[in-house]
Amino acid sequence: MSLIAFLGALELGLIFGFVALGVYLSFRVLDFPDLTVDGSFPLGAAVAAVWIVGGGSPWLGTGLAMIAGAMAGMVTAWMAVKLKILNLLASILSMIALYSINLRIMGRPNIALLSEPTIFVPLESLPVSRYVAFPAAIAVGLLLVTFLLNRFLNSETGLAMRATGETPRMASGNGINTSVMVLVGMALSNALVALGGALFAQSQGSADVTMGVGTIVVGLAAVIGGQSLIPGRSILVATLACLFGSILYRLMVAVALNADFIGLKAQDLNLVTALLVGLALVLPKLRLRRRPA
Amino acid sequence: MRQTVAGVIFGALVAAGMAGAVQAQEETVTLGITQIVEHPALDASRQGVLDELKERGYVEGKNLEVTFENAQGNTAIAAQIARKFAGEPPTVLLAISTPSAQSAAAAMSKTVPIVFTAVTDPLLAKLVADLDAPGANITGVVDAPPLEAQLQLIRDMFPEAEKLGVIYNPGEANSVSQAQALEALAPELGFNLIEVTASRTSEVMGAARSLAGRADAIYVPVDNTVVSALESVVRVGYDADIPVFTGDNSSVARGALASLGFSYYDMGRQTGEMVARIIEGENPGDIPVGTVDKLELILNSSAAEAIGYAIPAEFQERAVEIVD
Repeated sequence: MSLIAFLGALELGLIFGFVALGVYLSFRVLDFPDLTVDGSFPLGAAVAAVWIVGGGSPWLGTGLAMIAGAMAGMVTAWMAVKLKILNLLASILSMIALYSINLRIMGRPNIALLSEPTIFVPLESLPVSRYVAFPAAIAVGLLLVTFLLNRFLNSETGLAMRATGETPRMASGNGINTSVMVLVGMALSNALVALGGALFAQSQGSADVTMGVGTIVVGLAAVIGGQSLIPGRSILVATLACLFGSILYRLMVAVALNADFIGLKAQDLNLVTALLVGLALVLPKLRLRRRPA
Repeated sequence: MRQTVAGVIFGALVAAGMAGAVQAQEETVTLGITQIVEHPALDASRQGVLDELKERGYVEGKNLEVTFENAQGNTAIAAQIARKFAGEPPTVLLAISTPSAQSAAAAMSKTVPIVFTAVTDPLLAKLVADLDAPGANITGVVDAPPLEAQLQLIRDMFPEAEKLGVIYNPGEANSVSQAQALEALAPELGFNLIEVTASRTSEVMGAARSLAGRADAIYVPVDNTVVSALESVVRVGYDADIPVFTGDNSSVARGALASLGFSYYDMGRQTGEMVARIIEGENPGDIPVGTVDKLELILNSSAAEAIGYAIPAEFQERAVEIVD
């Protein structure tokens, strides 16, 4: 793996770190399996791209992308808590509806952002290479968001949200409005995912209606993988573990892309990635079994 | 302890990946290929590139090293593939499909030549600023249907035709741009364009019927919705004795009278020629973006019979295939 490929994997891992935080919030904190992310990731990209191509500020476009993502999350949560649709099914409905909505927002299947004024453009004039500057800037943003998320989850509202996911009945017995907690949590989760989509489109030069496919898989791999490699009960450790898992996943893909020297072909990529991620999950456990701590 | 173990394993994997990368030779030419997904048309274009290079003396395994990566339909992986090639730049990077070309353009430094193929609109995709003089390090071949040649075919086969009906789905971006291009081209070839639209396959029949008695010929562009329901257009054509022309060659076997299109394999051959020119030292910025110039005429003899049309001998000779 070359240094540039490594930095590229790092950059994508950091961008998908926002997705991992979002999935952590829905899947772990709220115990809500949420497939909306396959739609809210390209939704964020679509909103940001349309705004930027229309001449708007890329920062505002990225903010609007987060608001759009939050709305998508709230619709899913509303279907689950108010209409009593099974949460997985509610999120599937949002996901398929978002495909059409994203097409409507973009007006065509693909919007190019090459040579448009994205939030990354100021970094291009820095003396360091963009291969270094982009991931560094994204890392700063991601750590800031992680810090704020930690502050929130340890606040009174955050504790109520965690209780809602942990034991909903006891939470409502203690006077917590669990419906509101699910709505807020899902909005926050999908806002983070849409932020990831907006950043991805801007760093990769285009928003494409198909770019959401498999977002939930990557998000879950990051959350489950990261947490099994770095176990810990505190929110801080858990969120950092998700970020680690997200970066590790992208590094595994980068390794798989270089696996041709052992006779593997391009079409084996997904299989190799799955095996590598699986290996990373299982090996630490094998080690523990042999020598119990 | 756990982390250390994971770290060691991971380190070993990275090292293995690096060992695989250290294979660059000096005399051979390297061709990197990034393709969004494996798909018969895209695979055919890739094969065309390799065959053309072979004919020009670049043989895979001898003096040509090909690294082929396909993103399995995932744009994030396409981005990572682009980064892989940015780190180990090949002599030329071939990008098949719009998303692959866009991620390559975003990731590569401006010195590595990129040749795209199977891209419909490189201007809209912001790959090049000018089709005739791309300027930077990117050029390629577009897969837009050759509308002018197709209208010319209708004009040649039916010199008397005045009113040309077109059916398309206004919800498909490609169809809308084809319709706009047709509006500009039709008057030049003496046609009066009648546009009808169908948003779903069930509306195609009604749209086609509305052309009966109003159009002298019907043209069906490359449109997923209308092509899916092509039989209903063909039926209307047979009933009203209107010839039906299509933008894609494969529709002729389904009952359309004729099509003048290109194969993705030939598009690949043409792209391969461009790749060879760049390997031999030409600057991609000086090579105009190409459209496929090798067009194939396909005719359907039973469709001609159904509308009482005798296909003139000159067209039968031009045709590469005559379907019954």
